[in-house]
Amino acid sequence: MRKWWLKDIVLLIVGLAVLVGANYILQVLPIQGMAYYFRVIILIGISITLAVSLNIINGHAGQFSLGHAGFMAIGAYLSAFVTYFYASPYLEKLPEGLNRLVLQNVFFLGAVLFGGLCAAIAGYLVGLPSLRLRGDYLAIVTLGFGEIIRVIFLNVEKLGGARGLSGVPAWSNFIWVYFFAWMTVLVSMRLIKSSIGRAFLAVREDEIAAEAMGVDTTRYKVQAFVIGSFFAGVAGGLYGHYLAYLNPAMFTFMKSFEVITMVVLGGLGSISGSIVAAIILTFLPEGLRMAKEFLHMNSDPRMVIYSILLIVLMLTRPQGLFGRRELWEILARRKDTVPKETRDQDKGKMNRTSGPSISE
Amino acid sequence: MTAILAVRDLEVAYGSIPALHGIELSVEKGEIVTLIGANGAGKTTTLRTISGLLKPRRGDVFFGDKTITGLKPHLITAMGVSHVPEGRGIFANLTVNDNLELGAYLRKDKITKAEYERVFTLFPVLRDRIKQNAGTLSGGEQQMLAISRALMARPSVLLLDEPSLGLAPQMVQTIFRVIREINQEGTTILLVEQNAHMALTTAQRAYVMETGRIVLTDDTKALLSSDRIKKAYLGG
Repeated sequence: MRKWWLKDIVLLIVGLAVLVGANYILQVLPIQGMAYYFRVIILIGISITLAVSLNIINGHAGQFSLGHAGFMAIGAYLSAFVTYFYASPYLEKLPEGLNRLVLQNVFFLGAVLFGGLCAAIAGYLVGLPSLRLRGDYLAIVTLGFGEIIRVIFLNVEKLGGARGLSGVPAWSNFIWVYFFAWMTVLVSMRLIKSSIGRAFLAVREDEIAAEAMGVDTTRYKVQAFVIGSFFAGVAGGLYGHYLAYLNPAMFTFMKSFEVITMVVLGGLGSISGSIVAAIILTFLPEGLRMAKEFLHMNSDPRMVIYSILLIVLMLTRPQGLFGRRELWEILARRKDTVPKETRDQDKGKMNRTSGPSISE
Repeated sequence: MTAILAVRDLEVAYGSIPALHGIELSVEKGEIVTLIGANGAGKTTTLRTISGLLKPRRGDVFFGDKTITGLKPHLITAMGVSHVPEGRGIFANLTVNDNLELGAYLRKDKITKAEYERVFTLFPVLRDRIKQNAGTLSGGEQQMLAISRALMARPSVLLLDEPSLGLAPQMVQTIFRVIREINQEGTTILLVEQNAHMALTTAQRAYVMETGRIVLTDDTKALLSSDRIKKAYLGG
């Protein structure tokens, strides 16, 4: 038997080394306003975790969920609950030093995983009754679920209620954020190659046929929700501990739509598509801040430009940036579908007219 | 001889609208039995109830000596009843090979080389299409794929819902030839068809359905020469 996990562990160690290196380099780069860019980069990492995890539910298993912000809120609040009320007061009594730093990170990891676990349990509970529903109906149920979660946190005074919870320990950092983004991508890629992933695809493609093949569709739909909401919860934990502040208003259905937009824009079912779209859509609202000065306008046009760009993108590529494929599949195809001789003969023309069709 | 598949007094309703009123039928091991009738007679409903996609209001479905009434579809498939749904239900965005592997979903082992060869012998065209997206296949090829995919579960009973739907006459001939071959290799077949002539010349026995009831059952030879059947279903 091939030990596939061995390869994953190597990948993980290499990934961690790269992260530590990148973290160091990004912090010493002599760019003006680097702190701001660094912040955007970290938010991108959290968006990647969110988008890739929602892609498991929406893209792979084909279940249209509008409740991702709800799962995120559960992870954010419950991990903050652990660190704010227990871990942080405990650590404060300890003397400063390496020991405390290590313990802080161990507590943080534990808290984030706890948040993810609670979100996963919520995913399971939502999944059971509602996954018998399809399409639009499911979307409405998950939308309602997300709002219920938000309203619950709005009314829990211990967690700050409507004022929000300030003073969440700011333990999240570049390395943690990208470590979990990397984990989400890795799990998602392993999953889609496994028999579970195959079952997800079958459910997405045709539920009746999937059942006729012997796929227990309800079970796999719940499974997709559990896995997806786990990572959404983790992303929530990272988010709260990065901003050091939580407010129920951060987790309205607008947040769910933001993530949905990333997944759809990247191409439903494409992991690399979700990653690229998460990068673009997190960066774009920030990058467009420049537009105001550039256009000499009094009011900020960035959200208008952002919306127009979204519309143009969806009109030109309704199947998303990468369709259902992955970036590397598209690149590989581009190489071998165009015969070499013809490609050399008439380069410019070939690329325009008879490049491989990426549409489904 | 005992029936491998039997349906007793089956009643199914969609909401408050009844679709089947007390269906009785049985299929014996090694047979091809066909269920014919007009649109809306309840043929597809019967098949779907057998394979667990619909839950009956009353009545029982037996597989061998076990009742499988109301079991979840994947459990019924695991017992050896494979359903090729109407309109084929292939996974259009997955490759032909992925489709076949999904057919073998419940098996612990992988599809053997011999099984691939068997599929390619039954349907040679699938050999060339194996890496293609199933949605790019023609209607007939998709039907071939749907049947091959169902065979991957190694069923003892195959439920075929309208395999001739929307196919060119020549393709219909091919599909029915293969249905007979599969049967000769030992798989029992329950075939739902609108193409009464093809169905009656392929099967050994037939049930005729009208508005949710079985109105007639006999050997296909007898039915082919019956005036009533000729007039109603064979255009003569």
